[in-house]
Parts: sequence; C-alpha cells; structure tokens
Amino acid sequence: MKYLKTNPSLCKGIKACEKSCSKAFFKVEDPGKSAIRVKQTDSGFEINVCNQCGECIAVCPVLALKRNSQGVVMLDKKLCVGCLMCVGYCPTLSMRTHPDQREPFKCVACGICARACPEKALEIAER
Amino acid sequence: MDENKVFEYTRYTEGIETMKAAHKVLAEYVFTPSLPQKGYNNRSLHIDLSTLKFTEKKIGEDMKKTFTGGRGFGLKYLWDAIKPTTKWNDPENDIIISPGPICGITQYPGAGKSLVVALSPITNIPIDSNVGGYFGPLLKFSGFDALEIQGKAKEDVIVVIDGVKGKVTIETAPRESLDSHVAAEQFTHQYASDEADLRNVSVVSAGAAAAHSLIGCLNFSYYDMRRKVTRLKQAGRGGIGTVFRDKGLKALVVHGPQVKGDMNHPADLGRIQRAGVKLHKEMHDFDDKMCTMRKVGTTNIVSVMDAYDLLPVMNFQYGSHPDTKNIDKTTWIKQFTQGIPDGCWYGCSMACAHGVDEFALRTGPYKGHKVVVDGPEYETAAGCGSNCGIFDPLWVIECNFYCDTYGIDTISFGTITGFIMECWQRGILTPERTGGLDMSWGKGESQLELMHQMARGEGFGLIAGQGVQRMKKIFSDQGWGDYAFLNDIGLEGKGLEQSEYMSKESLAQQGGYYLTNKGPQHDEAWVIFMDMVNNQIPSFEDKAEALYYFPMFRTWFGLNGLCKLPWNDIEPGDNRTKNAPMDAAKVPEHVQNYVDLFSGVTGREITKEEIIKMSERVYQFQRVFDLRMGKGTRKYDQPPYRAMGPVTREEYESRQERYDKQVKEWMNIDPAGKSIEEKMALHRKYREDRYQKLVDAVYRRRGWTSNGIPTLETLKRNGIDFPEVVATVLPHLSEAEVKEVRTAYVATKKAEPKENKKSKIKKKASAKNLKPKTKNKKAAVKKTKPSPKKVKTIKKIQVKKKPAKKVIAKKKAATRIIRKIKAKVKKAVKKAAARKPVKNSKK
Repeated sequence: MKYLKTNPSLCKGIKACEKSCSKAFFKVEDPGKSAIRVKQTDSGFEINVCNQCGECIAVCPVLALKRNSQGVVMLDKKLCVGCLMCVGYCPTLSMRTHPDQREPFKCVACGICARACPEKALEIAER
Repeated sequence: MDENKVFEYTRYTEGIETMKAAHKVLAEYVFTPSLPQKGYNNRSLHIDLSTLKFTEKKIGEDMKKTFTGGRGFGLKYLWDAIKPTTKWNDPENDIIISPGPICGITQYPGAGKSLVVALSPITNIPIDSNVGGYFGPLLKFSGFDALEIQGKAKEDVIVVIDGVKGKVTIETAPRESLDSHVAAEQFTHQYASDEADLRNVSVVSAGAAAAHSLIGCLNFSYYDMRRKVTRLKQAGRGGIGTVFRDKGLKALVVHGPQVKGDMNHPADLGRIQRAGVKLHKEMHDFDDKMCTMRKVGTTNIVSVMDAYDLLPVMNFQYGSHPDTKNIDKTTWIKQFTQGIPDGCWYGCSMACAHGVDEFALRTGPYKGHKVVVDGPEYETAAGCGSNCGIFDPLWVIECNFYCDTYGIDTISFGTITGFIMECWQRGILTPERTGGLDMSWGKGESQLELMHQMARGEGFGLIAGQGVQRMKKIFSDQGWGDYAFLNDIGLEGKGLEQSEYMSKESLAQQGGYYLTNKGPQHDEAWVIFMDMVNNQIPSFEDKAEALYYFPMFRTWFGLNGLCKLPWNDIEPGDNRTKNAPMDAAKVPEHVQNYVDLFSGVTGREITKEEIIKMSERVYQFQRVFDLRMGKGTRKYDQPPYRAMGPVTREEYESRQERYDKQVKEWMNIDPAGKSIEEKMALHRKYREDRYQKLVDAVYRRRGWTSNGIPTLETLKRNGIDFPEVVATVLPHLSEAEVKEVRTAYVATKKAEPKENKKSKIKKKASAKNLKPKTKNKKAAVKKTKPSPKKVKTIKKIQVKKKPAKKVIAKKKAATRIIRKIKAKVKKAVKKAAARKPVKNSKK
C-alpha cells in the first residue's frame, strides 16, 4: 500500500508541501486547500496527512471512497454527495474540507509535496 | 461489516416492464424543474385527483415568514383547503408533504425529513408526521417546496413527478403490489434510468391494511446502495395512510436529479459544513459512550426505561419486566447488521435507521420470503413488544415488518393490541367476541393474525383498526365492559393512541403527552428522560417551563425538514458539566448549530430565541386549528387515568411500598389501616388535582385561557391574528377580549375609507409608474391592519398597469373573501358579547 511517509524531525516549517499540494490540485497557493498540513508545536513541527488507513471507506453512504490498485484511498467526486462524514470520522483528522469545495479532499500519495520538500521530511513509501 | 457482503433478499422486479406497459396516463403536466435558492423554490404543486388538474402555487415572503416550511406550510395549506365541517374522507381533505428550507443539505445529520399533514381519520383534527426517506429532498430538488394532494381518484392511481424531465403524470398502475416493500421496489426500478439512478427515485405508499383501518401510515422509500434494496421509513402517526388510500392513491413516485452537497444553493456553505463536521466528530468520539445510536438506534433506551420503571408493560400497567433483556439493545445489536452507514438521508452519521437483514417471515402472504425490516425502533419494541407482554424479538420484528408493508402505524397498533389484551385478561373480550383469536398476553402469533385480518379487511382486525377510542365505545355499547373502566385503561388522547412511555410517575410527561396539539405523541415533548432519569426539571415551575420550551423547540425541526435525534441523542462531551441542568437539557451548542444551519441556508440571520418564536407561530396556529375542528379546549387535554396512576388493585400492589410512601409524604396521611381501594382513591384525587394544576401553569405559560384558548394577545404576539383565526377563538374568549376585538373592529371600519382613498392614490401612482411613498404605505398598513390577502391584492394593484381579466376575477374573489370574513368576525363578536364570560373549567 502506497502512502506518504513523514519525518517531522527533519521539517523546518517552510510549508513548501502545503503550497505545492494546493497549487497542484486547486491551482492556488492556499494552505486551507492543501491535503497536507504543517503545524508548529513547542517541540518542533507536526505534519498531518492521510496515512491511507481506510476507516473513512466504511462510513461513506454512497460508496464514493475506495482503494485503488496501489492501496490509496480515492474519492470519486461523481458519486460523492458532500456529506463530510468522512471528515468527522477520520481518526487522524486528515480528510479536508473547504467552503469553496462541495466535496472533501484528501492526500492521494501523489508525491508532489515530497518532491517540493527541500528537507526530505516527506517520501512516498510502501506498507 | 464485510465490504463484499452480498445480501440475499426475495426480489419483486420480475415482469416490471410488463407492469409498466399496463400503465395508462390519465393526465400530464409539464413544468420547469428548478433547484432551490437559499433553501426555497418559492412554489408548491397542487394536484386534484378528482378533476385531474395541476396547479402551481407561489410561496411568498409572508408565507415563509409566518409558517417557515414543513409542518407550517402543511397546516396553512390544510387550513385553506378544508372547512370546519370537513371529515377525513371528504374529497377536500388535503395531504401535504413539505420538506422545509434546511431539508436536503447533506452535511448535517438528519436533514432529509419531510412533514406530512392531513386531517386525521383517528382524531378528526390536523395531524403532522415527521418522516425520513428520500421523497422530500427529491421533491424539493425537482422544484417544489410542498406537494398537496386533494380530491379522490375514480380508480387506483399513481402520481409520478419527474424532476429531471419536468413532467408530472397521473397514471393507473393496475398490476403493481399495494404493499409497500414490493411497491417501492417495483416503482423504483421502473422509474430509474439505470442502476446508478436508483438512488434518485423515491416512492410513497401505504398498504393493504391502511384501507381497512383508521391508523394507516405512509412509507417513504430510499434506495440503499450497500444492500442494493429499497428501504422504508414511516410517516406513522394519525392515519395519513388511510387518507392516502381513501384518495385512491397507490403510490407517489419522485425521480429527482443526482444529489450533490450544495443543491439548496445555501447562502453560506462553509457555515453549514463547519456545523456538520463538528457533529460528525462528536458522533465519532462520544456515541459509544452515550446512546450507541450507531449500533442499536433508539432501542438503546429499552433497558433504561425498564430500569426506571417507565417501560410500558401489559397495556401500561407496569413499568418493567424480567424478560425485557430479550428485547433490549443486547438483542438488537445482534439482530441489526453492524458496521453499515444506516442513515435515512445522506450525511446522517447518527445512522439510527438500522435494519434486520435477510429476515425470513413466518406468517402471512409473504411467509418464507427473505426481507429487510426497518427497525424495530424503541417505540415498536416497546409498543408491539413489552406492552403486549411479547418478549420474543422475532415476533416483534415480524410485527414491525407487516405493520410497515401493510401501512400501519406500529405505535397505534402496539397500544391497540395492549388494550385488547388487557380486555381479554379482564374478560371483556372472549373467543366468541374476537372471532376465535386468543389475545392472551405474549401471543405473538395472535397479534400477527390480527394484523393480517386488518390487511384482508375482515374479522376482529376491522374492529381493532378503529383505534382505542372507538373500541372503548364499541365494547361498552355491546355491554362487554363498563365505559368508565375502559376509558381509564385505554391509552389515547384526542383519539390518538399514546406512544410508548409509562407516564404514571412523571407528571411532566403526562403534560408532555396530553397537552399536545395532535394527541399523546413523544416527538413534541419527550421530557420523561429529563424528569425521571436526569432529574433536570424537579420543580413544578421547571416542568411548566419545559412544557413551554420543548414543544416549541421540537416543532422547529418539523418546520425545517430536520430529525430531532441528533439534537440531544448525542451531546458535546462537556455539555453536562458546563451548563446548569435545565440549560444542559437544551444542549446549547447544538441549538447554535441549528442557528448556523438556518442562517447558513437561508441567509436570514436568526438567534436562538427566534427558533422558539418561529415555532410558536405555527404551534399556536395549530392549536386554533384544533379549535376550528371542534377540539382544542381543556376537556380534550385530559389523560385517561392509566397514564396518571394505578387504575387496578394489581397495579397498586406492584408498587405498594412506593405508593404507600407517597400517601404519607405527598398527602400527609398515614396509610396504615387503610384498604388498597381507599389508598387508590386518595392517589387518584391527588394525582388528578396535581395534573389540573400543571395544566393551569402550562396554559398560563403558553398564553392560553384557563380553557386552553390562545388569547388575542398571544395571537398578536405571534403575528397570526388573521381574521379567520380571530373569528375561531372569539366565541371562546372572555367578554373583555371580545370587547377589545369589537373596539379594534370599529376602529378598522372607521379607518377603512381613508385606506381606500390611499389605495386609490397608490393605484393612480402605480398607473403612472410612480412608486408610492414607503412611509405612507407603512402608515396605512399599520393603521388599518388589512389582512395578508388584502395586502396581496393591494400589491397586485400596484404592480399591474392594466389588470388582466384573471387578476380582476381574483381581486373580486379576494374582496368577496374579505367581506365574508368580516361578516364572520362581526357575527362572532355579537354572539360572544351576548353570552356569559367563560368560567374557569376544571375538567
């Protein structure tokens, strides 16, 4: 199963990942529209992103969430009714929503953010 | 649940192409489909089945402001449709289905509800019933905020609303089944364009038993994508299914567009999303620690009610039973399929619509079929189970299934069967009188046979279907039992069977049941938990306040298309520690969610207080409506004594220690040496007096006279002092109030010529394309207070340069109506002035 592996100890908080993610999927540099989020804490930085656990699949009433052949949890926008149950039920709070968006969005382990991170705090891995 | 699980059910789709080919279109209407803007389409669809005519009605700002939607629209349309003399089976009786402005959002749990309103066959007053399923939202996304069905078809018909093509048809459908689980499947598959489209079709149907009883329910379907089967939710109460069948309706079908998260075109989607995610998160974090709704739904309270002696057992004689464990959540968690999103509209993370899957039926025409059963929910488990002494879950499930598919209200049926079984216990009913049915406690098979008789329209089932109130009279008229005793043990109010809580020890719940507009029903004032379990309303004043606030608050859900359960069946984790008991009961954070939802959808900023104001307008209107139909006074708000205290010796003995203690502590009388009959008499007097004091307090709080009539001040405060409404209450008001109306009427008469003059000026100005001065316009309206219809007429005059013939005719009709109303008010004033003031009636 493909997923985005994080190494927060290497993170310097420049948030290149957030910018590249929102740019890639929403054509804007808006941290609110990024599937990955970096937060400063007392001890350094926290990186929050989907670990592809798949708990959201079970709560979706319209079967809009499924794993693809690489094990990544994908949202089918055509089927999605925007109920956001997956957002409330995500155990790591990594399913995102934005007022401009009808449907929620999530990390699809595309690796764009990993390539944008100069510190190598992110990488696409297999589990 | 295993994601790849394939459910096995009996299917009913064979030959549906042939069935559909047999349809004959009797009438067709073309309309422009639309999506709501800020929650409203601003139009409704009226269908007359007698004349096969369709009419679109505009919904203006006044209508929205006064009645909001849902139950409010239903009551207003019903008021306009019927006369005080109308009976339930007259063609003018109107079935209104209205979803409300918030209905159809997908982000917040329980936002797919519709309100169904009609004149009830069982109570002869308006009934409103709240129901899930997809019909309401899909109707709204087809272009209508309400559907009204009047008239009677000459033969059985279906009405099909296609919100994609913009077409409504009335068709014959001679070959499809009448029973709901079959009809829903057949019509859904007929009108969906392909498999993916199945979820965009919803069917409303009743069933075979609805036609032979007065307690028929409506089933609203939805397609369950995981089970690949149509499922049903019920508008259960008050016999609307009976009205539906009486009109010759076999089904209503709606085919709407594919649902998305912004179909209401809300004013602020982000605000709705934030409220929704917050509640989904609470469900995720707290449901397992609170009500376990996601696992067992409302059945979670069966064991709680039993523990607090509040579960109805054997016709509400007792409050608990050793076998309750067989029908409590420990059983249902095994019977219900777990791990499946079971909401009755998209986005319901509360997911209480649990189903028993692949259930093999043991009786009746579907014996051997494998079906999905919706529920049982608490009310069904308690009503059809413990209240009948039935503690076998399989009989409860079977009863639930047949009630649904035959179109019968499980609550009324449970209370009816409990009453019949007690009549059997006491020798009032015998095998000769029931046609051989053994109606002993716990006989599940007999209960089912009674239900099948109802569906076949034969035997004792026909009598049972008349409901508890009529059975009391039938049995006593036959000389089978004493009317006073039958009246004491038959749990109904205003003709409606009581829902399933044993209220003897909860004064607040007695009021919650019997001070309702439509009859003893938990959805308006379910305060037993607050009163008896959480002890949140200990004082008398607290109870009266609760019986003001909660009925008003809960009314709001029905105005907006919402389910009440997500309000307090889940709470923020710190709700109880952060708030005082009475405030905690209101769940302030969730009330704020509703403020956000309403304002987020409609763009109209409201406050928490405005929720109560919006509701009260409709609530008071409904009370006057009851009065208009011949009820709505104090004598109709009285419970049968079984709801208040022990009727029989064995009931007293079952709680003797407690009752003796109450004699000592409440009445300051030493119970020693007194017979049980003497102590029962003391209790009866004490409890009946106490109830009357509660009634006085609640009436005062609600702004009603001591006879339960909304005062003129109350009507004015709520902006519903329309001439017809005032005319309805006048004959019941005191001389002082009548005098007040007379003075106002005389003032109106005096002001009339001036107003007419101003109207003429405005008309002239309008003809010249000039806007009348706002200040003057306001002053004229304020001074003369013309009726909303009159205001509408004035506006029309302002807008049209040269009124078309139709407008002139409408104007003339409006003038005629105004004249009629004025005459009615004048007559009522005269009549009321001539009689003595109303005395303080105590029963």
